[in-house]
Amino acid sequence: MGHTITEKILAAHSGEAEVHPGQFVMARVDLMLGNDVTAPLAIEEFRNIGAGRLADAARVVLVADHATPNKDIEAAEQCRMMRDFSREQGVEHFFDVGRGGIEHALLPEEGLVAPGECIIGADSHTCTYGALGAFATGVGSTDLAATMATGECWLRVPESIRVAYRGGPKPWVGGKDLILYTIGKIGVAGARYQALEFCGEAIEALGMSGRLTMCNMAIEAGAKNGIIAPDATTEEYIRSVTGRSYTPQLSDPDAAYAHTVEIDCADIELQVAAPPLPENARPVQQMNDTAIDQVVIGSCTNGRIEDLREAAQVLKGRRVHPDVRLIVVPATRRVHLQAIKEGLAEVFVEAGGALSTPTCGPCLGMHMGVLAKGERAVATTNRNFVGRMGHPESEVYLAGPAVAAASALLGHIGSPEELR
Amino acid sequence: MSDIRGRTHLYGDNVNTDVIIPARYLTTSDAAELARHCMEDIDPEFVSKVEPGDVVVAGENFGCGSSREHAPIAIRAAGVSAVIAKTFARIFFRNAINTGLPALACAEAAASIKGDDEVAVDLASGRIENLTQGRTYQAEPFPPFLQEIVAAGGLVAYTRKRLARR
Repeated sequence: MGHTITEKILAAHSGEAEVHPGQFVMARVDLMLGNDVTAPLAIEEFRNIGAGRLADAARVVLVADHATPNKDIEAAEQCRMMRDFSREQGVEHFFDVGRGGIEHALLPEEGLVAPGECIIGADSHTCTYGALGAFATGVGSTDLAATMATGECWLRVPESIRVAYRGGPKPWVGGKDLILYTIGKIGVAGARYQALEFCGEAIEALGMSGRLTMCNMAIEAGAKNGIIAPDATTEEYIRSVTGRSYTPQLSDPDAAYAHTVEIDCADIELQVAAPPLPENARPVQQMNDTAIDQVVIGSCTNGRIEDLREAAQVLKGRRVHPDVRLIVVPATRRVHLQAIKEGLAEVFVEAGGALSTPTCGPCLGMHMGVLAKGERAVATTNRNFVGRMGHPESEVYLAGPAVAAASALLGHIGSPEELR
Repeated sequence: MSDIRGRTHLYGDNVNTDVIIPARYLTTSDAAELARHCMEDIDPEFVSKVEPGDVVVAGENFGCGSSREHAPIAIRAAGVSAVIAKTFARIFFRNAINTGLPALACAEAAASIKGDDEVAVDLASGRIENLTQGRTYQAEPFPPFLQEIVAAGGLVAYTRKRLARR
């Protein structure tokens, strides 16, 4: 019996010839991640463990991205704790304001992630890196602390669900629509404790940006990790960001899956997920009369340059609806710089949008774009839970960049097709 | 012999960590401060109702969403002695194991227990007794690997032991 890519990576990192779903392993971790919300707690627990020094400072990445640029004194103290710890322990991969950006867009871009690697992060969207053929999963702060001390993390080997996408997507339909549609089909607990392995023609044809968007939201179906087999697209992406070597893994043809979900891309319209769960995904046409107050384009899900290009294509030469506030958040400093060089920054500002520095802030209602009671937003982010972006009686509708940009112009939820 | 005895607070499916502790309070990791806002966005009265030892009971996928460990910390610091759910989201579950918040998966208990029932929990056996209804339920046992972490008193103590053996 063969093994899945997830099983093979976990076996290779735990010194086992093979591992099976349900088995507990102590896995050697290639890279571990914390941010300004989760790292302070991890640092406290690291001190409690009493290890003194990091097992390997080169494998630790700390990113100030959540409540940054520091939203208040408490946030400033949390960032300072991370900064001081990085200095003390010699953490070179500490990314401060202006030097980094949103962690899950940043790490691939910095060449810190490669196929076949095992990555944990004290952030649920760590599963993003599966797009590069890595095993990557979100954990808690104490897990990060223990991994900082030992270089290893306990993991239960997940079963895998194979999700196969047949055919090519319709115009404007991208990775966000594919993943929202999939979560709508299987539910927010549909892959609980399992790996979601995305494959098929549409995935092979999908660029790295769309793949990152899809794996990013694997957690919204409850998955432990999302993963895509490394191929020529992966190789090309990796070569553009790093020259280092790596050992890719692929699923065996006779690997065992919990089940397979078959999806025909001809069935996938542009998607919008209504509050309060990402599984409430429906075709955009079904929500056309929903008036909105704010649009956020950005986040670890959809804040890459490809996302901003798509939004700018819709916004160019047009004006944001008078009743709507548009906030555009490039995910990293490189994305921000590229958006300026390509003239996208000008498009957003000319349209009446607010162009922000990289931050996770608005996605989780921490700062920069918090919603008032009764307000409604379309966001290219990943969660539409009660109170996610602000007041518990505010609402978040999830969509891709094209729908978000079109909605900003229309003043209600809508598609780019309505803008003729 | 029960370790835990308290009144239940009942919630539905997919209770996520954003509603357990909203992000606007994540600029601190102070347990008492986090506890003051526990469940605020879905049950503003929870903090005033909860008594030390009480038990949270919920449906499927409890603790889904963000990996914030502040969620189990807030629940525990609010006085809750255990969470019983039909199923748990995986990051919340490992955070609970790692930080010492008893998390018991038991579909029968989740379906049968009502709000404000009095329950007693024996952690070693996973036996849940509903004193109000006169019924007992059996939670899924922890796998041996996890029992070691629980027995050590959480992941910090477990890791300290592992490092000492090296």
